[in-house]
Amino acid sequence: MDFVVLLAIQVLYAVASLALISVGLAIIFGMMRVINLAHGEFLMLGGYAAIVATSNGVNIWIAMLVVAPLVVGLIGIVVEMTIIRFLYGRMVDTMLATWGLSLFLVGLTTAIFGNTTVGISAPLGSFQIGAYRTSGYTLFVIAVAVVLMAGIFAVLRFTRLGLIARGTMQNANMAAALGVNPPRVYAVTFGIGAALSGLAGAVLAPVSGVFPTIGVAYVAKSFITVIGGGAAILSGTVSASVLFGTINQIATFLTTPVFGEVALLAAAIVLIRLLPQGITGRFFRRGL
Amino acid sequence: MNARTLNILGLGLVGIVGIAFLILTPRFAELDTVLELTVYMIMAVLSLSLALIWGYGGILCFGQSAFFGLGAYTYAIAMFNIGESTVPFLLAIALPAAFAALLGYFVFYGRISDVYLGVITLTVTLILFNSINSTAGPEFHIGAARLGGFNGIPGIPALNYPGNKAAAVDLEGMFYLSTAALLVTYFGLRLLLASRFGRIIVGIRENERRAELLGYDPRAYKLVTFTIGGALAGFAGCLFANWGNFVSPTIFGLAQSAQIIIWVIVGGRGTLIGPIIGCIGIQWLTTALGANQPSGSDWWTKLLANAPFIFGVILIAFVLLVPKGLVPTFGDFGQWLLRARTRRVAAASLEPKQAEEG
Repeated sequence: MDFVVLLAIQVLYAVASLALISVGLAIIFGMMRVINLAHGEFLMLGGYAAIVATSNGVNIWIAMLVVAPLVVGLIGIVVEMTIIRFLYGRMVDTMLATWGLSLFLVGLTTAIFGNTTVGISAPLGSFQIGAYRTSGYTLFVIAVAVVLMAGIFAVLRFTRLGLIARGTMQNANMAAALGVNPPRVYAVTFGIGAALSGLAGAVLAPVSGVFPTIGVAYVAKSFITVIGGGAAILSGTVSASVLFGTINQIATFLTTPVFGEVALLAAAIVLIRLLPQGITGRFFRRGL
Repeated sequence: MNARTLNILGLGLVGIVGIAFLILTPRFAELDTVLELTVYMIMAVLSLSLALIWGYGGILCFGQSAFFGLGAYTYAIAMFNIGESTVPFLLAIALPAAFAALLGYFVFYGRISDVYLGVITLTVTLILFNSINSTAGPEFHIGAARLGGFNGIPGIPALNYPGNKAAAVDLEGMFYLSTAALLVTYFGLRLLLASRFGRIIVGIRENERRAELLGYDPRAYKLVTFTIGGALAGFAGCLFANWGNFVSPTIFGLAQSAQIIIWVIVGGRGTLIGPIIGCIGIQWLTTALGANQPSGSDWWTKLLANAPFIFGVILIAFVLLVPKGLVPTFGDFGQWLLRARTRRVAAASLEPKQAEEG
């Protein structure tokens, strides 16, 4: 019984961390049809922002939940204004340019922080489930994911900002005709997507540590989650995270973490072949 | 001068320069230069593989390094098991080609659009990287070959002349082989692209729906193009495993894939000579920047010796500023000059007439 509870927590954690690392990308992809290959580096920058802030005496919670999203969000807006803006509608070129950005950021952080792993110890200690111990931070990550998803749902569903965002997503020309300024919506969207990535990177930093090339580990996983999820931002991310997270964690339990990852990636390829429009292309079509 | 004569002149020029380079280099260059030029030639073959499938076939493959790595690993593993290099050499081409065919069937017959194709090929590369990387223990072996995980496979036996195990190809022989391979690949691809098949794949790149309505099956043509690309990359991988007598999983890494794409972007999509120039230029640049690395801990030198940083800047700059790549841009410039001259000539011949009428 204790083992089942532990396994359930681990699966939930895998799902939550997938959803966390993907949601920023999902917003950028869903709203703007921009495939941001520098997404992993946004996560990495979030981790560094949190660690640098903490080592300068900022409270760890503030560093993770406030400083990191702010810093990375600003970087996102700068990136949108200097690179992405010129490439709208040229999907492949955006992919290439953001890949260039990704390499650029890896190089830059390597020069600044060196090619070593830095970490902060996870707060919240650990607790006991029967014969097993597990870290309280795991539960915190799950909670952050749930709160974040609920928050995004509320913003998209109930606020004016969400209405404008959804309108622009469905038909940018129509939204422009009704007085919305799509370039500004896009800049803000990109900033928000980047900020969420920064938050996710910071929240996961105590678990995985941070090093300049950590983005590579994130980017493929978040991509296939977003693509596997399909067009709907929220229901797509959540459903794909549940599917892939469960597969990953169960395969990890049965074999090794490496083959857990491999199982996840392989499952994603099969899914994209079966449902090229993603899960929400077939199911939950009316979701957000 | 019309386009046809220009074309033939260009081909002749490439042939003469190539053959002169092939014959003269080992006579005049030091052995270490020859060694370095060899790897440039091998990588140029790799760049041609992507030039074919992306530049002409319109298939953006983020995982060309997967086929390259598979070729290298196949050669290494088969070599330890067989010992005579003819079969490993052929396997190193056949296996990546088969893998490309399998993946291509999966993707093209599933009608997966180009962007998703990029993501899938990227994912496949990561799967290979992760799997091979974790096979460090002695329990992972194929026949007599230990996979070695992140340590790679050292001491791969060199190619030998077909049928004669004792006659291994030496360093100079490797140079001749690689340069000849590049020349043969270049002219072979030119021939392929001038054929009916080549016209059709370019037609599909330009407008897939139109080609389909004209009765061609884009899926089959893309599959064949992709398979040829895979075979070429595997061939380059086999040569690469020979060159360093070593393979490691970084060959599957994202940095490797990024490099191949950068070569093609810099040189120009839709040309063959462009990616070769891009490949050699970028590699030379990387070597030159890497060479002055240890000169102090100065922040700027550290940044400039940092390959990802340089690659990133180059990639962003080219996508934003020179999206066509160097060779087509120079070509456009040349045509513009030519046209400006003919315009001037035409204008000059027009003027006296006007004067007469006036």
